[in-house]
Amino acid sequence: MGLPPYATTGQRIWYYSFRVICGLILFFLIAPIITIIPLSFNAQDFFTFTPEMLRLDPAGYSLKHYRAFFGTEGSPGTGLIVGALLGLAVFAALYFWRGSRNVLPIIVGAALGLVIGKMWGIEGTEWMTPLKNSLKIAPVATLISVSLGTLAAIGLSQAHVPFRRAIMAILISPMIVPLIISAAGMYFFYSRIGLQGTYWGVVLSHAALGVPFVIITVTATLVGFDKSLTRAAANLGANPVTTFFRVQMPLILPGVISGGLFAFITSFDEVVVVLFVGSVGQQTLPWQMFTGLREQISPTILAAATVLISISVVLLVTLELLRRRSERLRGMTPG
Amino acid sequence: MTDATGPIVAADGRPLKASLSRALRREKLRAFLLILPLLAFVVISFIAPIFDMLFRSVQDDITSRTLPQTVVALNDWDYTGDARPSEQTYEALYFDMFMAAEAKKHTALGSRLNYETTGISSLFRQTGRGLDDVGEDVIEAMEDASAALDDSAFWAGLFLTDDRSAGDKAASARAWASTVSDQALSLPADVYLANAAEAALPNAARQYAAFAMFTHTVDEDVPAEEDPWEAVWIALAQDLTAGELAYDGPEAAELRAVQAAVAGPMADFTFTDAFLAQDDDWGEASVWGTIQTFSSPYTAGYFLTAIDLELTPDGAQAVEDDVAIYITLFWRTLWMSMTITFSCILLGYPIAWLMANLPDRSANLIMILVLLPFWTSLLVRTSAWKVLLQQQGVINDTLVWIGLVGDGSRLALINNATGTIIAMTHILLPFMILPLYSVMKGIPPSYLRAAKSLGATNWTAFWRVYFPQSVPGIGAGSILVFILSIGYYITPEIVGGTKGVFISNRIAYHISSSLNWGLAAALGTILLVVVLALYWAYDRIVGIDNVKLGG
Repeated sequence: MGLPPYATTGQRIWYYSFRVICGLILFFLIAPIITIIPLSFNAQDFFTFTPEMLRLDPAGYSLKHYRAFFGTEGSPGTGLIVGALLGLAVFAALYFWRGSRNVLPIIVGAALGLVIGKMWGIEGTEWMTPLKNSLKIAPVATLISVSLGTLAAIGLSQAHVPFRRAIMAILISPMIVPLIISAAGMYFFYSRIGLQGTYWGVVLSHAALGVPFVIITVTATLVGFDKSLTRAAANLGANPVTTFFRVQMPLILPGVISGGLFAFITSFDEVVVVLFVGSVGQQTLPWQMFTGLREQISPTILAAATVLISISVVLLVTLELLRRRSERLRGMTPG
Repeated sequence: MTDATGPIVAADGRPLKASLSRALRREKLRAFLLILPLLAFVVISFIAPIFDMLFRSVQDDITSRTLPQTVVALNDWDYTGDARPSEQTYEALYFDMFMAAEAKKHTALGSRLNYETTGISSLFRQTGRGLDDVGEDVIEAMEDASAALDDSAFWAGLFLTDDRSAGDKAASARAWASTVSDQALSLPADVYLANAAEAALPNAARQYAAFAMFTHTVDEDVPAEEDPWEAVWIALAQDLTAGELAYDGPEAAELRAVQAAVAGPMADFTFTDAFLAQDDDWGEASVWGTIQTFSSPYTAGYFLTAIDLELTPDGAQAVEDDVAIYITLFWRTLWMSMTITFSCILLGYPIAWLMANLPDRSANLIMILVLLPFWTSLLVRTSAWKVLLQQQGVINDTLVWIGLVGDGSRLALINNATGTIIAMTHILLPFMILPLYSVMKGIPPSYLRAAKSLGATNWTAFWRVYFPQSVPGIGAGSILVFILSIGYYITPEIVGGTKGVFISNRIAYHISSSLNWGLAAALGTILLVVVLALYWAYDRIVGIDNVKLGG
């Protein structure tokens, strides 16, 4: 929509003021998040820009809040080296076996090694222990919701499913019911069956909250899935399990992974349910931030927030890449 | 041509129709088996808790469990304003309370009834402490009459036996004691309630059985080595004054001596006086009316409290204005959610329109700006607003620097409704933009051009042609934002102060601070019904299958 050359002055004014309004709204959306980032480098314990910061004086900036956030415990260096070496071994094995030049194993190994090394054996630190708890809870919850969710999504996308609407409503409900109600119900029920305040209680509740996201993304991917491919595979003699892992799974993998990312972020971000279902032993990073915000707010929260923003950016980019790959794959299949 | 009248058969010779329906059945079964594990998982980990909450909102058996005999005795009593319950009721209360106090359950009941009538909690706590003194004179007289009563083995010899043939005489005592103490009590193995004593001294036998079970199961001591509770003494005194003693066991002589001594003090003793001596409130009809009103195992009381009514012995009544908060809170939750929804429409519509009408490349850039907050942790966005909106925060600093407000009159943007509305509009805006965008993307731009070429002004073309087609997007986005906002907890809790909190904050307060779980469940149930109604509307308008997550 450009501005036509014959536009009147009024139209021109409207056109530009509309752009300005939209710019302001986008500013409203983004500014709060962006402002947090420089504030987290504040050398003072203030929540506003000091005169030194505004003068871009290096003395006004420091990494002290990050030092407070990460602490000095753990051995990230060792973890990094061990992880990278293991990744290298996998890379070498793949290279000699299949001639693959994919360096992903090394990067993933090094990153995982860094995180695991940092978290190894730490206890009782203010921020790293909650982060460790989050990292212990979210992947397991994600694994449960993705594995059960993918199976169910495949079942739901079949042509004849009895009570499809009712089943769908039940499976989507954890997303619709307000979190405080889920938290209350789970608190009551899990205390009855002895799961309240346990690791598995939190994992199960988070897995339930992640299910709708997996169901929605995987069923959406399956809508574009060409059924004749599985029929062709069966026709060529593959059994259902082989068909699933060799034909269907690679094609719907982008949907499964993005569903998994949604489930992961749901658990990683979740605070209401864990506040009630968890106990001190399961204190997660969002819980720690929530306590910090409610009681004595310390600027370390800004460092924690910046770290979380970076993680979201990484996840967003991953999802975008997956979406493109999915569209490319879909473009290849007929129909 | 084959025989045209026969049924069409499949390759294996079966009728094609049967073969097809069999294949269809098998396919249905396979689909269902794939869904089953997840369905079972969600039902157990999510649906069951929700139903548990619904159940708790009407369940109220603490009175009938803690004071079972009292509740039965109260059945005949009529709340008329001043008449006291009968002596039997006070008697039942004494034994129920004694058992409950031993099991430390009376304070929980006191707190529960205190939600309804203030003062009951301290009344129960105080009475629980004073129960040992009830009938002091009677017990002293009994001790003076026979030193054998101070020997715990005497009681055990009187009431307990290892003779199997006695049968299970303790069943009714066990049922009662287990209900009051809320755990499964039992006598030690191979110990039974003695037949003869049970027949001659029914009250004392029942109380002694309860004492013995509690001592064995909870204290894990040997009953024969422990001194019985005062309640057993009082029960024995009751039995001995009830009439001729029909007991001829080895303890008969001692019992007769006690019987002679106890007649005097027992003539002066009533349970009613004993309780009134503990506290005058035990003569108040309001206390007994409260116990009677909440004696049923199910109650509508929590729901009435949730809408600022209270269940009194006279029926449901409105509470006083200074404690009526829930209706106000529900209205506030509703109007603030509506304000937030409206702000989201106002801010989201132009952005969605811009995205739908820009070339793909620029639209994608804006999409990223919309998705970044969507993907950022809720806690991050809330902490950002907490930091920015403070009195000494960036926004106030900037306003002072520009000169819009004076340094002395910085705006109060946080810990009130304004803070909640600003922060939640920001947090929920992507949920409005995304459905709006997907609807607007489907409106052909040629319609607008056609309208203009037919002579419509820009405004008319937009209002009469474009806007009506975008209404489904507004509807979808509004319901989504509204559903999400009325259940919000974290953001109002942090930036809302006291004036900007929602009903969910009150639910959380009742679960973790005031421990009034029934009320929390009732408030939650009301909120759930509202959300489910909206969800149903959403499903009708948009279809739940059409929910898209971030493009």
